[in-house]
Amino acid sequence: MPKNSKVFLGFMGLALLLISFFLPALAQGSGPTDDEVNAIARQLYCPVCENIPLDACGTVACEQWRGIIRDKLAEGWTEDQIKEYFVAQYGDRVLAEPPASGFNWLAYLIPILVFVGGLILLGLGFRKWKEEKPVRATSRQSKKGPPLPKADEEYLQRVEQELKERSRSQE
Amino acid sequence: MKKVLLWGGLILFLVVLGVGLYRSQQGQVSVGQPAPEIELTTFDGETYLLSDYRGSVVVINFWASWCESCKPEAKDLQAAYQLYKSRGDVLFLGVDYVDTEPEALAYLEEFGITYPNGPDLRTEISQAFRIRGVPETFIIDQEGIITHLQIGPFRSLEDILATIDPLLD
Repeated sequence: MPKNSKVFLGFMGLALLLISFFLPALAQGSGPTDDEVNAIARQLYCPVCENIPLDACGTVACEQWRGIIRDKLAEGWTEDQIKEYFVAQYGDRVLAEPPASGFNWLAYLIPILVFVGGLILLGLGFRKWKEEKPVRATSRQSKKGPPLPKADEEYLQRVEQELKERSRSQE
Repeated sequence: MKKVLLWGGLILFLVVLGVGLYRSQQGQVSVGQPAPEIELTTFDGETYLLSDYRGSVVVINFWASWCESCKPEAKDLQAAYQLYKSRGDVLFLGVDYVDTEPEALAYLEEFGITYPNGPDLRTEISQAFRIRGVPETFIIDQEGIITHLQIGPFRSLEDILATIDPLLD
């Protein structure tokens, strides 16, 4: 075999080897990847398999849905367009996060209201506790402590007066 | 004022919770109840409004191409449709639940189904009937009252005929 032919065959062999390496990658590059499909699928829930996101669901129905996502991505649809398509076909309940409209607002409002309500209750509780604390302290501490509240002072004065009157009457 | 707000919030929360529980606990639309109003647009683009068919017996079958237990009854439903077709007073409607169109059409072709079939868009029809799964079939009389509810597939053609025949003259 002439030397040129050997070199040519060598190049051809190398070229075939390279093609066989890169062909799968090229083929995959032509369509959406599993990650791209799952990125949308995990935001959707199939009504048949409640509480299982579409990317993790193994039923035939969910497999078909993922197929739709793949097809739509290949056609150039955006994530929002695909989600809108699923909502139009199967209703709002397919969305992991319900749209913030109508009755759905409650799903967003209630946690905030409960949180704010809890903070208010805590605040009120702390304030009450703070107000009560000095009163308890004064009953135990010496004369050097902070002044008594007005009501307590009047009461103590009345008690002292009554005690004096009693001791006088006993004399 | 603070107490009113707190109690108001608590009552509102309990009302919302109660409504949610009531809705989730509502059972299926059952025999003896009027059928809910539904509108089905078929894969061919025809529209069927249930109330337009007062005076006819209506058979509403919920199915899906991914549903294995729907397959055994598919041919029997088609056979029943063929038997009553000439009478003109029995309407068969197939509602395709949570399905994809290419697979649904392939299913209809596979079982040779020719009566009107359409997708359950936004799952509004299945929600109106509060179905628990597929297959489920509702038989509705001439007055619009549900007379039979089949949960799961019909076992035979005779089973289907036995639920429809008593309603016909």
